[in-house]
Formats: sequence, C-alpha cells, structure tokens
Amino acid sequence: MRAPLSWLREYVELPEGQTGRDVAAKLIAAGLEVETVERLGQGLTGPLVVGKVLAVEELTEFKKPIRWCQVDVGDANGTGEPQNLICGARNFAVGDKVVVVLPGAELPGGFKISARKTYGRVSEGMICSAAELGMSEDHDGIIVLPPEHEVGSDAIELLELVDEVLDIAVTPDRSYCLSMRGLAREAATAYGVPLRDPALIDTPAANEHGPAVEVADPVGCDRFTARAVHGVRPEARSPIWLRRRLEKAGMRPISLAVDITNYVMLELGQPLHAYDRSRLRGTIGVRRAEAGEKITTLDGAVRELDPEDLVITDERGPIGLAGVMGGAETEIADAEQDAETGEVAGTREIVVEAAHFDPVAVARTARRHRLVSEASKRFERGVDPQAASAAAQRAVDLLVLLAGASAEAGVTEVVTPGGPRTVAMAADHPDRVAGVEYGRETVVRRLQQVGCDVYGSDELTVTVPSWRPDLNDPNDLAEEVIRLEGYENLPSTLPRPPAGRGLTESQRAHRRVGRALAGEGYSEVLSYPFVGPGVFDRLLLAADDRARRTVRIVNPLSDEEPRLRTTLLPGLFAALRRNEGRGAQNVALFETGLVFHPRADGTVAVADASAGLSAERRPSSEEIAALDAALPVQPRHAAVVLSGARELDGWWGKGRQALWADAVESARTVARAVGAELRVTRGAYGPWHPGRCAALSVVVDGEEQHVGHAGELHPRVIKAFGLPAGSGAMELDLDAVERAGGRLVTAPAVSAFPVATQDVALVVGSDVPAAEVEAALREGAGELLESLRLFDLYTGEQLGGDAKSLAYALRFRAADRTLTAEEVGAAREAAVAVAAERTGAELRGV
Amino acid sequence: MSAPNKSYDPVEVAALKPEAIDQARDEALSAIAAAGDLEALQEAKIAHTGDRSPLSLANREIGALPPHAKAEAGKRVGQARGAVGKALGARKEELEAERDERVLVEEAVDVTLPGERAPRGGRHPLTTLMERIEDVFVAMGYEVAEGPEVEAEWFNFDALNIRPDHPARTMQDTFFVDAGREPADGAGTRGGSAVGESGMVLRTHTSPVQIRSLLDREPPVYVICPGKVFRTDELDATHTPVFHQVELLAVDEGLTMADLKGTLDHMVRALFGGEGMKTRLRPNYFPFTEPSAEMDMVCYVCRGESVGNPDRPCRTCSSEGWIELGGCGMVNPRVLVACGVDPEKYSGFAFGFGIERMLMFRHNVEDMRDMVEGDIRFTQPFGMEI
Repeated sequence: MRAPLSWLREYVELPEGQTGRDVAAKLIAAGLEVETVERLGQGLTGPLVVGKVLAVEELTEFKKPIRWCQVDVGDANGTGEPQNLICGARNFAVGDKVVVVLPGAELPGGFKISARKTYGRVSEGMICSAAELGMSEDHDGIIVLPPEHEVGSDAIELLELVDEVLDIAVTPDRSYCLSMRGLAREAATAYGVPLRDPALIDTPAANEHGPAVEVADPVGCDRFTARAVHGVRPEARSPIWLRRRLEKAGMRPISLAVDITNYVMLELGQPLHAYDRSRLRGTIGVRRAEAGEKITTLDGAVRELDPEDLVITDERGPIGLAGVMGGAETEIADAEQDAETGEVAGTREIVVEAAHFDPVAVARTARRHRLVSEASKRFERGVDPQAASAAAQRAVDLLVLLAGASAEAGVTEVVTPGGPRTVAMAADHPDRVAGVEYGRETVVRRLQQVGCDVYGSDELTVTVPSWRPDLNDPNDLAEEVIRLEGYENLPSTLPRPPAGRGLTESQRAHRRVGRALAGEGYSEVLSYPFVGPGVFDRLLLAADDRARRTVRIVNPLSDEEPRLRTTLLPGLFAALRRNEGRGAQNVALFETGLVFHPRADGTVAVADASAGLSAERRPSSEEIAALDAALPVQPRHAAVVLSGARELDGWWGKGRQALWADAVESARTVARAVGAELRVTRGAYGPWHPGRCAALSVVVDGEEQHVGHAGELHPRVIKAFGLPAGSGAMELDLDAVERAGGRLVTAPAVSAFPVATQDVALVVGSDVPAAEVEAALREGAGELLESLRLFDLYTGEQLGGDAKSLAYALRFRAADRTLTAEEVGAAREAAVAVAAERTGAELRGV
Repeated sequence: MSAPNKSYDPVEVAALKPEAIDQARDEALSAIAAAGDLEALQEAKIAHTGDRSPLSLANREIGALPPHAKAEAGKRVGQARGAVGKALGARKEELEAERDERVLVEEAVDVTLPGERAPRGGRHPLTTLMERIEDVFVAMGYEVAEGPEVEAEWFNFDALNIRPDHPARTMQDTFFVDAGREPADGAGTRGGSAVGESGMVLRTHTSPVQIRSLLDREPPVYVICPGKVFRTDELDATHTPVFHQVELLAVDEGLTMADLKGTLDHMVRALFGGEGMKTRLRPNYFPFTEPSAEMDMVCYVCRGESVGNPDRPCRTCSSEGWIELGGCGMVNPRVLVACGVDPEKYSGFAFGFGIERMLMFRHNVEDMRDMVEGDIRFTQPFGMEI
C-alpha cells in the first residue's frame, strides 16, 4: 500500500515538521513494514506555471514535426509578454491550458531550465509532460490541464508535485492497513492524536427503491449494498487532485467513474464496482457459477467458470467474478465525442456495488483464474463489512460532485445479520504474554485505541471492531497491547530449561563422521536432492533395482529433475565434474544426507492417514504412527567420490593417485567414526567397476546386513557422468551402520611383557580375498595374537599367473608371561594351518 | 724403569730442574692451545703426556732423587702434569663442541619447504554453523530435534495453524510430493496429482519438527530444530530452493516474550561475541505465533555506528545498523491445542532463521550459489569448525 503523506494528513493532525521518515519510524515501531519513503518532487524549483496556448506554428523542416508556440503565462515571466516555446508534442491545440517551466527553474533529476536555441529558435523554457515532472511514466505528450485553471498560477502546488509517499508491505493479518483509513488509525495511535474517520459519514437507511439485488449465497456474500445515480456527464474528467492521489498511490487514472471507485477503495478499503445501468438486464444476483458458464472479464480474457466461483449475475448470466474483477459486458463506457455534433456519448447511469465477499471464496477464485486484483487482494485478507454503506455513499457523493450526477433515493442493502465478535480475556493476559506489568488501565486504553469496546474488570469482554477480522483470541489482543506499548520496551530475561543431556549418540556420530571424512581429505558437499529419471540408466542400475523407485515432486523447478534422490552419487558426481571443470585436479568429496524411498504399492497413503486429523485436537499415538508409516522411508546415507592424487608429488618424492582402495577405506573411516565393525567382501553393483567393487556390510543383532558399496567406478559410468578416469566412490546407509555401532568400548588389558614378532608369507590363488586369509590367520593364531598386518602383496612370474603372495607381520604377546619360542612357533603354525585349510594357502619360503 | 740410585745427586738431574719442568709445562700448554682440531690435540697429547714426553720422563726421574728432594720435585712435576691434563680436557671439550656444531650446521635443511602431502578436506560451513548454533543452545539445556524432509502436510501446515487456503500452501511456494506408488522407473508418465492430494510436501520449514517434538514429549519442552528445508525459489545469488534453517521451540509454564527476547539476545552474543550485541523485535504476522515479530540483530561489524555516518559506511548492514535475522513469536495457543498441550497452563516461544543468510553476513559470502555448488575452494578454508 502506497500512502501519500499529504493524504494521510487529511485524517490525522500530524505534528508540524514531521517528515515521511519520521512517520515511517513511528509506523514501523507500531508493526507496519514501511519499505521505502519516496520523496516526490525532490529538487524541483519553479517557476512552473499554468499557461494558455495562444498560437502554434508547425515547423516542418526537421526530421520530426516540431511546434513553435506562443504561450500566455501571465505575469509569471515578469513581462506579461507571451512566452516563445519549442514543443515536440502534438496532443494540444490553441486555447489549451498547459504547464510551462520557465528559465531559472530546475526539474527533478537536476535538469536546469534556461532559454536556449533549439530547432533554429530560442525556446524560453519548456511545455512539460507528466514524466518530466516526475508525476508518472506517461511520456505520451504534454499535460493538458482542465480549462478552469488560471494562467500564470503556480503549477507545483496545482499538480501537488511535492509530497512524500510511504510504501508499506502489509502483512496478511492487517488487511485494514490496505486503506488510508486504516493507516491513519495507526498513525493517530502512534502520535496520540485523534483520527478523523472518513467512514463516519451519514448514510441513508435501506429502502425498497434501490437496484434489485438477490443474494442466493449468503455465505459467499453476507452484505451487498447497491446505489444508483443518473445524469452522469460522460465528458466529465477526474480533477487533478483525484488523479494525483491515484497516481501517488500507484494506480493509473482511467475514467472518472472508475477513478472514483478506486479512490474510495484506497480511502476506505472497500472495493467497489461500477456498472453501466443501461447495460444491466434485470436483477443483480450473487451465486456460485454453474458448470460450463463463461465470462469475459474487464481485462478482455474469456474465463471458464468453476462451480466454486462466486459470481455476480444479471438475467443473462455472470457479469462479474465477485470480489475479483467485473465483466466486460456491463463495463462503464469510455467517453466518445461525436466529431460532427461535438456531443459526448458514454455512460450516463451508474449502479455502484459495495459488497462483502467470503475471503476464502475470493482467494480461491483469484488463484484459480490467476487473477490478482486490488479488490481480490483486499477481500482475501478481510474487508470491513461495516464500511460498505459508507463506501457506497462516498462514491455516490463524488459522482454527484464531480460528474454532475443525481443521486437516486433508492438504497439496497442485502445483509445477513451477524453479531459483533467478542473475545473474553483476563485483564492481565497481555502482562503474562509479554512478561511486563502493563496494568489493566493500559490494556483497556490500548484496546480502545485499536477500536475495541472493552467491559469488565479482571475478566475483560472485548468487542473487536468490524475491520479487524484477525482479532479472535486473547493472544491476538495481547499482541495489540504489546506492539502499541512497543516491542522495543520488552525486557530481556532468560528462562531456565531443565538440565539437558546434550546431543544424542546419533547426533554425535554424525559430527564424528563429518570430521573423520574431512580429516581424511574429503570436502563436504550439500547437493540438491532432485534427480531426473534418466540418471538410473546412467548409473547402470538393473531394471528392478530399488533405487529406481522414486518419490516424485508434483511441481518440480525443472521438468528434467522431478524426482527425489535414492542415492547421493549423482549430486557428488555433478560436484566432482564442476570442480574438475574449474581446474581442480585432486578432488575428494563427501556428503551425508537423506535419500527417499516410496512405500510399497498398496500401503496407506499419507492423505488417507491424515484424513481424520484436525488442528483442533491432538492426534492419537496411533494416528501419528499411521502417518509416519505412510511417509517415504528416508534413511541417511554417507557417500564419497574422489579422483586425482591422494598423496601429492613433492620434494619428498612421488605421490600416489587415488585408488579403489581409498574409496573402500573411506567406508572404514565412517564405520570407525560410529564405532561399528565393517565387513568388506567382493561385490558387484551398477555404478562400480565389476572387478573393483567392494560390498559393505555390518552385523546388527547377530544378522549381517548389507549397507553399501565402494570401489572404482565403472568406466561407462565415468563416461556417462563426465568424470575423470579412475574415479572412485563409496556410498553406504549411515543409519544402518549406526545401528551396528555405538557400544561402549571395553578397555584392553595392556601387557608389559615383551612382544614376539613373526612374519609369514602365504601363497594363495589370485581370486582368494585377502580378508579371508586374514580372518583365517586370526582365528588360527588364537588368543596370543596381539595384532596382524598385511605388509606386502606380491604377484609375479615366479608364482605363476594365478597366484599371489601375501606377507603378514604377526605380533604375539601374553598378558602374564614372556612367551617362549615354542609357544610363538606353535601359534604361528596354527595360524598358517587354518589359512591353508580355509584358503589353500601355502607357506612361502621366507 | 731403572732402580733407585741413592747416590744420585739431584742437582745433576737436569730433567727435574724447576726451569725445565716449567718449560715442559709451558710448551705443553701452548701446544694444546695451538691444536686446531681433535687430531692435532691428539698429537699434542701424545707429545706432551705420552711416555716419552718430557714431563713423563721427569716424573720417572723423581724416584731417583734422594728422599729429601723427592717431595719437592714430585709436587712440581705433579702440578705441571695436572695443569696440562686439565688444559687437555678443556681444549678437547672445546674442540668437540666446535665439531658438533659444524656437523649440525652441515645437517641443516630448508624448513620452509611445504609439508602438505595430502589434499585437505573440510566440512561445509552450513553444517558447522548449524552445529555452532546447536552448541549454544545445548549448553543452555536444549535438545536438538530432527525429522523427515518429506513431511505430512498435517505436520507442515495444519498443526501450525496454516489453514488450507493459506497462500503458503500453493505451488508458488511449496514443493508438493506425488502420492504415486509408481512402478519401477515409470519414465515419461507425468503424475496427475493435484496440489495437496497426496498429503505430503517437502517441508517448507523445520517447524514440523517442533510439532513432532511437542507430540513426543511432555512439557517442559526446549528444543532446537536445525535442518534442510525446501521452497520453490530458483537458485540465484540470494535464493536457493534447498536451504537450511534453525528453529527453536520452548514450551513451559510462564514463558513470556521477555524470555524470547532474552534468549535471542543470548544467542547473538554467543555467536557474534562481545558487548553491545542485542536484538530488536518488530511486529509481524505468522500463523503459528501470536504475538509475532521480525527479529533483527545489531550489526556485529559496525555495531550501529555507520547509521547516519557517511564517512564510515558499513557493507554488512548497508549502514542500517541492524541485520534481519528471521521470524519469532509466542507459540499460538492453537498450535499448542493441536499438539495436546494445555494453553491455559503452558505458553511457549519460537523462532527460526535461515543459515545461508547468516553464513552470508557472518563470513561475507557474496553469492549463495557458492554454498550449493560444492567447489572445494569455497569449503576448505572453513575447516572443521566455524
């Protein structure tokens, strides 16, 4: 809502010297969001005067037609002689009144005026357009004033060029502030001065002689006031003051009748509609549309109506979308002058509608037809139903005053009676909400300033004003008191929560995972969860892979990516490619986040599970459980992707490229961080190189559970996603890994007896997993084994093509004694024996 | 060694003449002093303390002296030998120290050589900033609560007093989720689901976690809800469709707006440090709080001193003195009712703000896209904590 300060002052006696910024500060403190204070006419100095065109000579020797004019500006130029002016506009004639800026003046934007030679003549100033004066964007010709304005008089005052405009973003609950009346009320309260309420005007009582109206839907429309005027002079134009107020408020002047309805709406907040009575047929009705009905609205669009749309009708059918936009059929006609007779044709009889429509009905219709109007904006948020009669009267008065119309005596008021709304509230409720002792007296005074009637002492009965549909609960009233007393005056205190337990184990684990991966050189990425359907083919997933079953977004930002991720890999791949594209060579990334799996076919939908819920009561535990069971499964995953060097070349020597092994190790890093034991076995799964893919699993409650994969990516995946050759990746279900971890660590007994070291080299088939050999050695070595480490892997011609040698360092130690050579030897032999039995390992001569 | 010669005249033994002993001592001392390295010192040692050295020879002669002369000569020779031995030791120590120093100098390296052998990692600053905020409240006794990102509309809207016709529930703001139990990879079939048909959305705020917290627990409830949220904004320098929020909810007996204000003040002091950090509340409207407010914090850079001071403009707050933080208010009693909490007995306050925005003004991030793209050059400087 744009509020000119000059207009505001009409209803509120603001202290002298208060600038727009001062008023804005007061309104902001009262809770209005004043976005800008625009200073109109800043830098404008006269002389800027009314002139009368005496003579026009058309100059034709230039590229465009130019006029050489003599304009009477009275004594404003000091001589009384006609002013010689060059003008490029053509929308005026001899005898017209125009606006002339004289030498010595300065226009907005630092444009200094002096007599200067142009088009071969000396132009002693300029005839002004609205744009040049900063009035509007209108560059179409110069301003032609109504004839009644006196030659030589000051046009700065006449055109109200100097003003300040407050642009206010009105929150949905404060609909009354979409009017000068509402803003004036706030300003009056903020300054503690009286309000001259423009809605307090005499209105005649309803009678049976007004326009015929029949409201068939009293829920959609609980009030309909109709008035009529005749004898409207079609040639009558909006006076300057009216046009200027509309322009400053951001509306374009159209025609007198339309300007008047807009003006009254801005003033009182009540949207009005004016019908050309000669175009109306029979009774005006209000009802819901019927299927198949259509309407052409004022904007020229033909709209198919929905049976939920509330419409205004006459006997032919819909003539308006109630509260949203009128129809073209009964529109006020543009004035048209007959060239021969000079007579002006146009609308001569007008029916004014001031109605109150259901906010929800208007909101839905506006949304359905994508048609947001000044009227719908107000009805959607709530209009004062009690303002309708006054608004209609105000429009009639202005039509009489400005259009020479005669008001008809008939007054139609169709009203569905509704009592005043009252709220019961303890007098100290605002105190308890704020934590401040305002006292009953202050509470009552503030509520009265808002427009409430207040009764009672400790328990207050508060009748809320008709323009405040947002005041329904004690807290609504408390807010009014607290904001008028000033949010800035609230004290600052701290509550005392019960002693806390800190983060949960899971929350701690997530932090550890992040730190561990970052410590291993991975950088965290937070990708969007949106993916396209084609991504799963590029990941080489099988047709029946679970990851292909996705949750879909109805209104995605991009039609290319309408689904939610079931894997973190596509986001990481995109980030890897982006980094590479920007010249990064060694990139290791990780992400932890939710993925989304739809529930299986046939399970209950969320919509069905929430059908019986209401905001008026707590849902039962069963209802909550049913909702949760219907939502998609949303496990937290952790994933990495890496390429380039894992260790860098440097003065110390050669570095090392990232390998499949680093990807697998990242899974172990994650598992260690959450205290889980990870099992790594040979795997094969879509995105990974079939020979370099590890399957990851954990044991939960004694059962092995598959949690993910790691290794080098499949060359076709690398190609499809444009990744560097040899890139590796890992992804696992972090929730599942967490379930396997988190137990308290049992401290080991640290023995001070000496260690006995034994190395063994075992030759096994090249397809025997090292993890199996290690497991066998561990089992065979028994309790004396303190640690075991693979320190070398050898393949070579000596061994033949299908064998490899694994060299392990075994460390033995006992808790209570120094081990003898025999004991150590026996343990080593036992280890090798089990390895031989399980994996066919043969001891290689060391 | 010769046997004692009792008839030997000491005067006749030249080697034991005091002058000779003094001379041998002086020669030894100057040779020791002149030794430039340990090898030279070794030679001097052999020459002057070895078996054939003058002092050793003199020492040997003492036995030949008559008893009355023995004591004096013994003393003289002993003193000379002692002085030489001491000088040798001292010089040896000196030369050894010199040698050691030389060797260590030779072993010197260029310690300014770079040492980073593995590329560095880093956690995303949005993650660590959320953790930092969590820590402020955990220290006060709050719990950290989490919830699903695909959420039931009842949790995201209805329970928060956001009615079915509220503008927030349109496709302009909210991502709606298809109810479709689609067959595997139904590519090409667009869902015909209308808004709200499935009853599911991508949560538009972390407020549903507040609702879940209230349903899960008996008051008093003090929770902080960090997390990812979704709105249908296109990505640009100041918007992203996927962003992060931290929301707070406190429900207890007798909580007031003053408590809300104090909690906010504490938070900005904890996050931005120092004296003079405080917040400001401005009335606003949210369906889930009543009264509601917009919250600003004093600009932590200029502390408000750039206001009306064109000589000291502040980029962080555009010389406004205040930085917009987010929304807050007293929990609307209707929300308490929807969660089965008695609004006659309990009251609560809540606030929420965007982490992206806070990261922007706390760390001078110019463009929100930097937080989305995953460029390692952006993330790495933030390290492990923020």
